[in-house]
Amino acid sequence: MQSPIAADLNLRGTAVKLMRAGAGSPLLLLRGTDASDAWLPYMDVLAEQHALIVPEHPGFGGKPMPPWLDRLSDMANFYLDLIDELNLTGVHLVGTSLGGWIAAELAHRSSAKLASLTLVGAAGLRVPGVEGVDIFLRSEEQGLRDRFHDTGRADEAIARILSPATEDVRLANAIAIARVAWNPRLHDPHLAKWLHRIKVPTSIIWGEHDRLFPPAHARAFHESILGSRLTIVPACGHAVALDKPDALVASILDFTAEHGRAE
Amino acid sequence: MKIFNFHLMPYADVDVEAMKRHGSAWLTFSNSHYDPLKGADLYNQYLDQLEKADELGFYGVCVNEHHQTAYGLMPTPGVLAGALARSIKKGKVAVLGRALPLVNNPLVIAEEFAMLDNLTRGRFVAGFVRGIGAEYHTMGINPAESQERFNEAHDLIIQAWTKPGPFEFRGKHYNFKYVNPWPTPYRKPHPEIYIPSSGSLSTIRWVAERRYTYCQTLAPIQGVAATFDLFRKEAERVGYEASPDQLSWSNAIFIGETDAKAIAACREHMENYANHYLSKDPAMMAPPGYTSVESVKRMRQLRAHRAAFQTTEDLIEKGVVIVGSPNTVREKLAAYQDLAGFGVSLTKTQFGTMPHAMALENQAAVAQEVLPYFKDRLPQGKARAKATPKDKSEIQIDSLGRALPAE
Repeated sequence: MQSPIAADLNLRGTAVKLMRAGAGSPLLLLRGTDASDAWLPYMDVLAEQHALIVPEHPGFGGKPMPPWLDRLSDMANFYLDLIDELNLTGVHLVGTSLGGWIAAELAHRSSAKLASLTLVGAAGLRVPGVEGVDIFLRSEEQGLRDRFHDTGRADEAIARILSPATEDVRLANAIAIARVAWNPRLHDPHLAKWLHRIKVPTSIIWGEHDRLFPPAHARAFHESILGSRLTIVPACGHAVALDKPDALVASILDFTAEHGRAE
Repeated sequence: MKIFNFHLMPYADVDVEAMKRHGSAWLTFSNSHYDPLKGADLYNQYLDQLEKADELGFYGVCVNEHHQTAYGLMPTPGVLAGALARSIKKGKVAVLGRALPLVNNPLVIAEEFAMLDNLTRGRFVAGFVRGIGAEYHTMGINPAESQERFNEAHDLIIQAWTKPGPFEFRGKHYNFKYVNPWPTPYRKPHPEIYIPSSGSLSTIRWVAERRYTYCQTLAPIQGVAATFDLFRKEAERVGYEASPDQLSWSNAIFIGETDAKAIAACREHMENYANHYLSKDPAMMAPPGYTSVESVKRMRQLRAHRAAFQTTEDLIEKGVVIVGSPNTVREKLAAYQDLAGFGVSLTKTQFGTMPHAMALENQAAVAQEVLPYFKDRLPQGKARAKATPKDKSEIQIDSLGRALPAE
């Protein structure tokens, strides 16, 4: 496994941890509620092709809650600032779950610095008649289990993530998550109105058995974002990156290779 | 000691087995278990009980607010307080309290409470709470904004009561071009304010700073005593000595002929109340941001303990409730008052599934065996040697039961 370089970046008074590895065109990976989780092997594979940047979200990791963080779109604006701050262009933006929602909000605001957008099991939309599990009524363990199709991988994730050492961070992160996603639950009714503005090549990757956002959500994104590609990963739950990391990485790299920009 | 009769107005006719199977009385326990024919009877019985409390000489009556639960049928407590405002002739009428963060327009609470204060001619007690964790699910309010909404709503209400209108209020959560409520409160500058809380340091500090009355919700008496000690320290820190009238203990009392008979008689209702009407699911009761990270960790550590079935004997031994013969009840209440130093008791005489007749009998027993003995009793013992003078803001009630506004 590579050793990512981890460093705190202070952006207009907000400290956020960035993990970086690899070289090539930039790939900004926005994780979801798991944004404080460790560097994982699938990231090494992405870093073989790209300059991979994995931030922990503002307000996560036990850092103070930024005074400006009231809604999820605040995160999207923050990451637009971050892209400017790091002087990135031709960014492959990949967002999973809550990070997918941030990525979609970011991309419809401005995709000027983006080469491609990949949404993986993204939150952000409500599909009438389609009910996912209520993540805010689950215990931590049950909540992790909900995200997997493969029970063995769920057990591994539970053993790794639910350690007493990270309890403070997990509880603090839960507050940041509630702050942006409590009501409406994990979506913004205004997002769907502006998804058509996303003009950058977009790939939508979804677990066939996503119990948080069933694949009807994937189709809703796919229909709203013109020319987007839809990939349903079989025998896979919500957390594609943890449940079927090989399939996810292959799909991302295939898409970024196709839509890479000459530097 | 000022002994209020406190009612939760539970859905006492609940199918207890269905509630047990479901795991709690909250949020997801279907309202198909509610029968309005039974509910209508309960509301009227409970109001009869509170009216009786006034005749029996309780210092006042209390209602409170809970949403979407069999635990308490008072989503809009002002309706009940309004019903009581004309029939409670002597005592106080307290709403303990309304959950400020759960409304998007706290001005309606300023208006409602001002109306109640006028109706009762200043015998109204205003309670402000944050609501319990489950209510952030039921009311669709963000628990991570709970504290800031509470603080801002409180400031708005106090200004609405004390500052001549119209004026403009600009906050983060609440914005009004015109604040100018009619009526204003009967009592000046505003009704007495009680703040029920489960005991977080930040709340204790906030209440002490504002010289309000702090009400400790159901808890073992040793913990209550420690909490009240903290309150007195916080009061000292801001430069005054807390009065016993600023400390209120919430409890349940049941009296029988002997200790054994009292325990046997109330066991079923007490244990239903303590075990089945309350929810023990942390995801439901402690949503993110509702309490601090430290509090959630403490709750988790206690979870195994909390999940255990609490017998009536457990609750008695921990001093959460007082059950026994008249002598036992008097001795314990006096001992607890001296230990914790409170001057106000919020006493439930009906709890859980207890039926009307039994509740009336218990209420009469408390009125006869307890109230006269505690009428002017202040905390005693070396820790409480300095009995404080009567609160200057204490209102005087005339012979017709009308309160005279303070200066």
